[in-house]
Amino acid sequence: MSLDPHAPGRRAASDWEYAPAPESAAIGRVRDRYQMFVGGKFVDGRGADLTTLNPATAEPLSVVSTASGPDVDDAVGQARKAFEGSWSRISGAERGKYLFRIARGIAERARELAVLETLDNGKPIKESRDADVPTAAAHFFYHAGWADKLQHAGFGPSPRPLGVVGQVIPWNFPLLMAAWKIAPALAAGNTVVIKPAETTPLSILVLAEILADADLPPGVVNILPGAGDIGRALVNHPGIDKVAFTGSTDVGKQIQRSLAGTGRRLTLELGGKAANIVFDDAPIDQAVEGIVNGIFFNQGHVCCAGSRLLVQESVAEEVIAKLQERISTLRLGDPMDKNTDIGAINSAEQLARVTALAATGDDEGAIRWTSPSPVPDRGYFFPPTVFTNVAQSMRIAREEIFGPVLSVLTFRTPDEAVAKANNTPYGLSAGVWTEKGSRILGMASALRAGVVWANTFNRFDPTAAFGGYKESGFGREGGRSGLAAYLDTDDEGGL
Amino acid sequence: MPDEHPPPGAERLAVAKTYKLFVGGAFPRSESGRTYQVTDPRGRFLANAARASRKDGRDAVSAARKAFGGWSGATAYNRGQVIYRIAEMLEGRRAQFVDLLTSAGEHDAAASVDAGVDRLVHYAGWTDKLAAVFGGANPVAGPFFSFSTPEPTGVVVAVAPQQDSLLGLVSVIAPIITSGNTVVVIASRHRPLAALALAEVLATSDLPGGVVNILTGDPAEIAPSLAAHGDVDALDLTGTEGELRTALEREAAGTVKRVFAPSASDFTRAPGTARLRAFLETKTVWHPTGALSLGGAGGY
Repeated sequence: MSLDPHAPGRRAASDWEYAPAPESAAIGRVRDRYQMFVGGKFVDGRGADLTTLNPATAEPLSVVSTASGPDVDDAVGQARKAFEGSWSRISGAERGKYLFRIARGIAERARELAVLETLDNGKPIKESRDADVPTAAAHFFYHAGWADKLQHAGFGPSPRPLGVVGQVIPWNFPLLMAAWKIAPALAAGNTVVIKPAETTPLSILVLAEILADADLPPGVVNILPGAGDIGRALVNHPGIDKVAFTGSTDVGKQIQRSLAGTGRRLTLELGGKAANIVFDDAPIDQAVEGIVNGIFFNQGHVCCAGSRLLVQESVAEEVIAKLQERISTLRLGDPMDKNTDIGAINSAEQLARVTALAATGDDEGAIRWTSPSPVPDRGYFFPPTVFTNVAQSMRIAREEIFGPVLSVLTFRTPDEAVAKANNTPYGLSAGVWTEKGSRILGMASALRAGVVWANTFNRFDPTAAFGGYKESGFGREGGRSGLAAYLDTDDEGGL
Repeated sequence: MPDEHPPPGAERLAVAKTYKLFVGGAFPRSESGRTYQVTDPRGRFLANAARASRKDGRDAVSAARKAFGGWSGATAYNRGQVIYRIAEMLEGRRAQFVDLLTSAGEHDAAASVDAGVDRLVHYAGWTDKLAAVFGGANPVAGPFFSFSTPEPTGVVVAVAPQQDSLLGLVSVIAPIITSGNTVVVIASRHRPLAALALAEVLATSDLPGGVVNILTGDPAEIAPSLAAHGDVDALDLTGTEGELRTALEREAAGTVKRVFAPSASDFTRAPGTARLRAFLETKTVWHPTGALSLGGAGGY
């Protein structure tokens, strides 16, 4: 088959197919069984063992011992003992050194963690390798430096830790979310009991090994694998001083309700339905890359995913055509292949949810376009999907799908773009694509969202605050704002 | 020629005041038509105050929402001047407030009024410093310009302290509006007069209508529907305790409202920043700086 340079848009695929380039699963050193981490020891929980699957094959990957109610009591007790016995007493400089050690430990075992994460989560190895694991290490490195500088954080003259922190994290970035939660808590001098998601418990248990290797005092971090009931028991445990949750808005509301009147601190990182806004003067090719990155990164399992494309009417046809052409080149399949762009949906349950929500798009009159990329015949996969002819009232424009599904809406004026973008109870993130500087800054201030990416998307850094407006939650992670969630500054006159 | 000795029982009668609500910069009666008697600690009649209904609460939220765009969009310099102007107007009515607080049985009335004025001056100076103190550039690891700025949360509903009827009220309202939020405040149930007199101060300062709305009545009656209101972004529960506080926090969860519920507040102490920060969002904006081509200075 010849390649005709005068036929734009046509690719001679057979000449340019990549050979398979699978990463070795052996690097992940998956063990047959994993245990909880409580009081500095790996112990069996009193809950039933849990089998975690490789979502790319739907086959069992490993078995994990899970917690039960009494294990939550034990872990909270260990965390309290560690808080009062050692962790709140050692100097900030020493605390920082532990965090630096942990950052190094993650970097040293980066390959193993990346492979393990991909096996357990289904995300492409290139993402776990280049984003999840290095950013997790960076979070410990960044927060390590705060531990002895808290009085400079700007929250009053004598910031103090809150005590024992209960944390619940989701399955979309298992290791990274653990780092986001644990690093600032420890830097501020708190101790932690954390529950990973039911479907992705492995990488945080390897992190536990790193914590132990760093000689972190026993009980400073306790890890309780389990399902939602353990999360509930943890956040409602009377021995917890602060709760930090990342997950769905529904569960966040339940937690806020259940903590009402307890005086316990709470931060929530919840869902989103981000608008990615493309103006007619935008660099279209870069915008298309940004749209793809915004919605298909991590299979769209991203709370800040750019799931609503708002494109100016005058360039809508061009953008959609280029977008579909670009998406056609995305490779869906084995997450362990270094050439894979889109991996597996994390679970059968999530696949069913994405499938059902996408079906409402058809029912409500949107037009579905699906990537021609072949879909593996086993494992949990959903091909990149774009809905056009979308109205704001449709469920695919209002509800978080949390999968590789993009809804396209159009607008004519900047005011209309702002009105449509803000027309959601969520307010986590937004994107703006335009060459005009004043428009970028004007849009950035008009959008009611915690993060605005202009001419880029899905950028994260431990120095930059991340978190939502409105029903996307309250509190921030990263930067100085993120520390506030883990510090008591009430000695400012009770005000 | 006037009588030098009026007959007994004919002394000049004071003009007793009937207070109304303060909503959207105007002084409406409660739509319910209800009032209640305000008395001093010994039970003597002081004034009638409006007893706001849930509908009044909704109207106040509408007024606060309508005012939010203009107030949050005003320059920090302008907001600072307006808040300072409130301090000026309060200072000018110092004697009236001392009388009111004294009649309400509050101790150290003069010191409270002075502290209230000073508190407003304090917050007037915060408006143009918030962004520098709580925001800034983020030194991200990549070719991006990234910065974080504080922004107001939106419409805040506050239950004012029940005891410290002027200083507590000012200490609650000022940090909320300093950063550009608008507020619906429910005044102290039994000591609402300072709040109602403050409404007259606010109406004659340069504060745009709707930025501060003051309701009088029973917090237990008005507050729950406001805590559940879909267009309210945050709650300040300083003036609540016990079951009412718990109920309001529970209602707030339905729309993931920010809740500020301090365990105790000593308003005579110098204010920190917790109240300011409670009603601030942090917005982070990213933009590429281009390929690094000029010795690390960023391409362009």
